[in-house]
Amino acid sequence: MLDIRGVTKRYGTREVLTDVSFTVGDGRMTGFVGANGAGKTTTMRIILGVLSPDSGTVLIDGVPVTASDRRRFGYMPEERGLYPKMKVAEQLVYLARLHGLAPAFARRNTDDLLERLGLTERASDTVESLSLGNQQRAQIAAALVHDPEFLVLDEPFSGLDPLAVEVVMSVLTGYAAQGAPVLFSSHQLDIVERLCDDLVIIADGEIRAHGSREALREQHSSPRFEIRTAGDTGWIRSQPGVTVIDCDGDFAVFESETDAASQAVLHRAIALGAVHAFSQQRPSLATIFKEVIA
Amino acid sequence: MSNVTRPLHTAPTFAQSVWLVSNREITARLRSKSFLIATGILLLISVASVIVGSLASQNESLTKVAVVGTATSVVEQTNAFDIVESDTVTGAEALVRDGTVDAAVVPSDNADSLLGITVIALDSAPLDVLGTLSVGPDVKILQPASQNGFLAYLVAIGFGIIFLMSATTFGATIAQSVVEEKQTRIVEILMSTISVRALLAGKVLGNSLMAFGQIVSIGLLVSIGLAVTGQRLLLADVGPAIIWFAVFFAFGFVLLAALYAATASMVSRQEDVGSATSPVLFLVMIPYFMVVFFNDNPLVLAIMSYVPFSAPVGMPVRIFLGQAEWWEPVLSLVVLALSTMVVILIGSRIYSNALLRMGARVSLRDALKG
Repeated sequence: MLDIRGVTKRYGTREVLTDVSFTVGDGRMTGFVGANGAGKTTTMRIILGVLSPDSGTVLIDGVPVTASDRRRFGYMPEERGLYPKMKVAEQLVYLARLHGLAPAFARRNTDDLLERLGLTERASDTVESLSLGNQQRAQIAAALVHDPEFLVLDEPFSGLDPLAVEVVMSVLTGYAAQGAPVLFSSHQLDIVERLCDDLVIIADGEIRAHGSREALREQHSSPRFEIRTAGDTGWIRSQPGVTVIDCDGDFAVFESETDAASQAVLHRAIALGAVHAFSQQRPSLATIFKEVIA
Repeated sequence: MSNVTRPLHTAPTFAQSVWLVSNREITARLRSKSFLIATGILLLISVASVIVGSLASQNESLTKVAVVGTATSVVEQTNAFDIVESDTVTGAEALVRDGTVDAAVVPSDNADSLLGITVIALDSAPLDVLGTLSVGPDVKILQPASQNGFLAYLVAIGFGIIFLMSATTFGATIAQSVVEEKQTRIVEILMSTISVRALLAGKVLGNSLMAFGQIVSIGLLVSIGLAVTGQRLLLADVGPAIIWFAVFFAFGFVLLAALYAATASMVSRQEDVGSATSPVLFLVMIPYFMVVFFNDNPLVLAIMSYVPFSAPVGMPVRIFLGQAEWWEPVLSLVVLALSTMVVILIGSRIYSNALLRMGARVSLRDALKG
């Protein structure tokens, strides 16, 4: 488990992170969401030890991270880059060895990853000769080549074509399924919504919300219900404790002040005929995000 | 996790990280065509200069002199001339006129003549002939110069040029490689993996090894060249200076390499490398120009041989000229080693503070403050 505790960072007099605390659980895909400049990259750099915080700590299973622990992290910085004139496979072996892998392991992992990411044929090409999409794949391989136990990925999906997004998603969920804590940031909220178990929302250097995706949805769900019946739904307007937002023949959206009022609507609908659907409206991640950072 | 069963992630030591980084630097350099070509040219020039020097000294031909009658024995005694015998003075004069000989030496008409000979030349007194044939007073030299001035000049310039070329070539290489990592942003991955000090040390070590290797090959080639072309006397004189030069270069280059890396880390684009590292370039050029202008000034040379930036050139030149006591190179080397350590400490501070700052050039004050 990765634990970020009370991290504060200042650049000069400007405070870019204020008392940032959240956890990334074992095997949890944790989405890290925030506007540009909210502090995501700074937080990730502090987790990786590239920057040092002014106060606060990063803990692994309750123990402060040391420099040698950081070799067990897989990191994909927001600013992408590899040595342009170095061959893809050579570069991956080099990075794996810098992380402490023995040469044989480094080569084996490199071959495995290139295979999984569909880059085997490009193994002995220089990075600069790769297409942009393949450079992205190589970048992901660079973050994974040393079999990391923790993943911290800054915008891993930006610049990927839909096919590559699927590949990367399956690789990441594979890591989480093996029990690795995975923290990733993304602007593509639909991907985060599909992928993440937990969510951390940051704005202006402060954590505004964090927890499991479902719990956050529960917390932010409105008292709004949808109903679809066999007959006309116009009668709902006359129900007590209920405000109709939208009514269109057999479909209606209404807000109810209490659970009892919404249940009363359901009972009456069943009494009147068939009910095809009745559900509380779940807010999308985008809605929660807007609400939280507002 | 799949890797729990495997003994991976045994964190490499500082030394292992440094070695990995320096290996990559060396491999990258050896793969670069421009580096190989430049090295080849440098080696060719050094060999060529030895060979040309040896040819020039062998072809030094004797002055041709025509002699007539009794003058012959006088001229033959000197062993300094290529002698053409002529039967008559008129004949000898003709040889002077048509340029076959540089001068003619004939018996003197004047009975009072001290030497009994007359030198005939075309349009001016032939000083070399006169010098050889003249009778001079005894000369006592109080402080004999251990090396002839022109040779000393050549040796000084040779050290200067080699230092200048190697230092600028490899300095620029380090600077470019620092900015390459910064510009391509791979530096962030590197920084999250190994310490910034290990990264800097690896870069400096890798490039210093290459530069040192180049210097040693030049030294060996020149020494072998001198031996093969029969210039053993010169080799005996220059040899110790070459060895000291290599030793001083090893330290001096590390100092410059750290400076190049630190100054380059303050910019984010290859286009800015030149202007950022130009202060270091001046430091490298100082010793070169100092030896060119002051190689016959013992005081300036003595000062140069202790200033860390010029010591790698200044001290070997003084050793060659026989001006240095045995302890002087040792003391100067200590000064150089200490300043190298200080520069590495300051340089690594600048380097680690400036590496993540993209965009505009980082000011020196910010880089030092962090």
